[in-house]
Amino acid sequence: MSDETQTPEPKGPIGRFLALPADSVPKTIFVAVAVCLVASMVVSAAAVALRPAQAINAQKDKQINILQVAGIYDPSVDVIEAFGAFEPHVLELDTGEFTDAFDAITFDDRAAADDPATSQALQDDPAGIGRRSDFVTVYLLRDETGEIDKVVLPIHGYGLWSTLYGFIALEANGNDVFGLQFYDHGETPGLGAEVDNPRWRALWNGAQLFDDAGTLQLTVAKTAPAAGEKYHIDALAGATLTSVGVDNMIKFWMGEAGYAPFLENLKEGGV
Amino acid sequence: MAHKRRAMLVDPLVDNNPITLQVLGICSALAVTSSMQVALVMTIAVTLVTGFASMFISMLRNHIPSSIRIIVQMVIIASLVILVDQVLKAYAYEISKTLSVFVGLIITNCIVMGRAEAFAMKNPPLDSFIDGVGNGLGYGLILMLVGFIRELFGSGSLFGITILPTVNNGGWYVPNGMLLLPPSAFFIIGLIIWAFRAWKPSQVEEREYEIQKVEAH
Repeated sequence: MSDETQTPEPKGPIGRFLALPADSVPKTIFVAVAVCLVASMVVSAAAVALRPAQAINAQKDKQINILQVAGIYDPSVDVIEAFGAFEPHVLELDTGEFTDAFDAITFDDRAAADDPATSQALQDDPAGIGRRSDFVTVYLLRDETGEIDKVVLPIHGYGLWSTLYGFIALEANGNDVFGLQFYDHGETPGLGAEVDNPRWRALWNGAQLFDDAGTLQLTVAKTAPAAGEKYHIDALAGATLTSVGVDNMIKFWMGEAGYAPFLENLKEGGV
Repeated sequence: MAHKRRAMLVDPLVDNNPITLQVLGICSALAVTSSMQVALVMTIAVTLVTGFASMFISMLRNHIPSSIRIIVQMVIIASLVILVDQVLKAYAYEISKTLSVFVGLIITNCIVMGRAEAFAMKNPPLDSFIDGVGNGLGYGLILMLVGFIRELFGSGSLFGITILPTVNNGGWYVPNGMLLLPPSAFFIIGLIIWAFRAWKPSQVEEREYEIQKVEAH
């Protein structure tokens, strides 16, 4: 790294400085500053130079997760090709209608959530996300006859240490859960990070969101709610706060401030 | 001199192994050994970091004030680890996700700090580099051994290639699920330490005290 200090000139001001005993105060300050400067330059150069490759990987990883949550991921098929099966749409959450104001391919959900023009601060914020974007990208999967088979909806919310970003896949009736999967989080490995465990993810398959009266019943809890077992996802052992976070996330995103208008629209066949 | 350098590289593999003799770096050895591929990437990462960290620290050793030497060592080690993490995220995204926090935790791996403090501060750069690489490989050797046992008997495969077809996939082998959990590595590392010390009795530590025998009344 800072090997310029390695070749001391015997003469001149630099040489005299380097010949100072290492423990002298000016030398200590110089070494501390020089090492920090060189190290930070190396780290930031690497971060900037590698960012494009990392962004491609992150994008690909997100697409794999969308494929997996919809149950059509096949490792032998090229991700970009397989991802073509989805129909991305930008959804306006308040109306539950698709909008053409943005290009669904390039629309950036996270940037939109930070932009005051396309998002709103939340008063009632169980998911702990601060601001909610007015627009999100949703993915439709159609069957051979062109009917909607599944919808994949992005969700995110705060767990214990981090915001969990994931997708929930619903059947076309807007009530049956097909799967739930997180693609980005910083929960404790072995505890909260068990949200990635395939066995836990499998619990979501077949669960139902709303009861017959249209009330959101699905809960992530230790015991089944009064409404019945089909509205129950067993909470993760040793990860109470992550489980509560996921529960709140479902409550928020499937509620009125989230996808409820869209799901209503979906049930009436208006999509 | 060449002989001495060879010894520096080979010694940490068995005779002075950082895990089995010095019992350092156990935490990450538990976490990253459930599959051999991950263990291999971790081995390469730790070997590169210990090697280069020792080399750079050794290059600066005459200029590092002793009052801030640990901080200077940490800055150098941490920068190298961030570099490795960034490269993994760019070129081996899947593995970097599996390793998750453990790449970052190489910073706190006692082996890296231990070699910097015990060797690189007193020896020239090339020797320090070889010493660092040797210790990284010694760590990696145990990682690969543990990974071999855990992956073979835990999921019936090696490097992801099926060796023992498991019942779940229509084969005959019933995998031992405990081997996929981190605590199993404790037992395996314990058994490896036992085997090493049975093979080389000089590694056995002297008892600090004798249990006194008291006559029964």
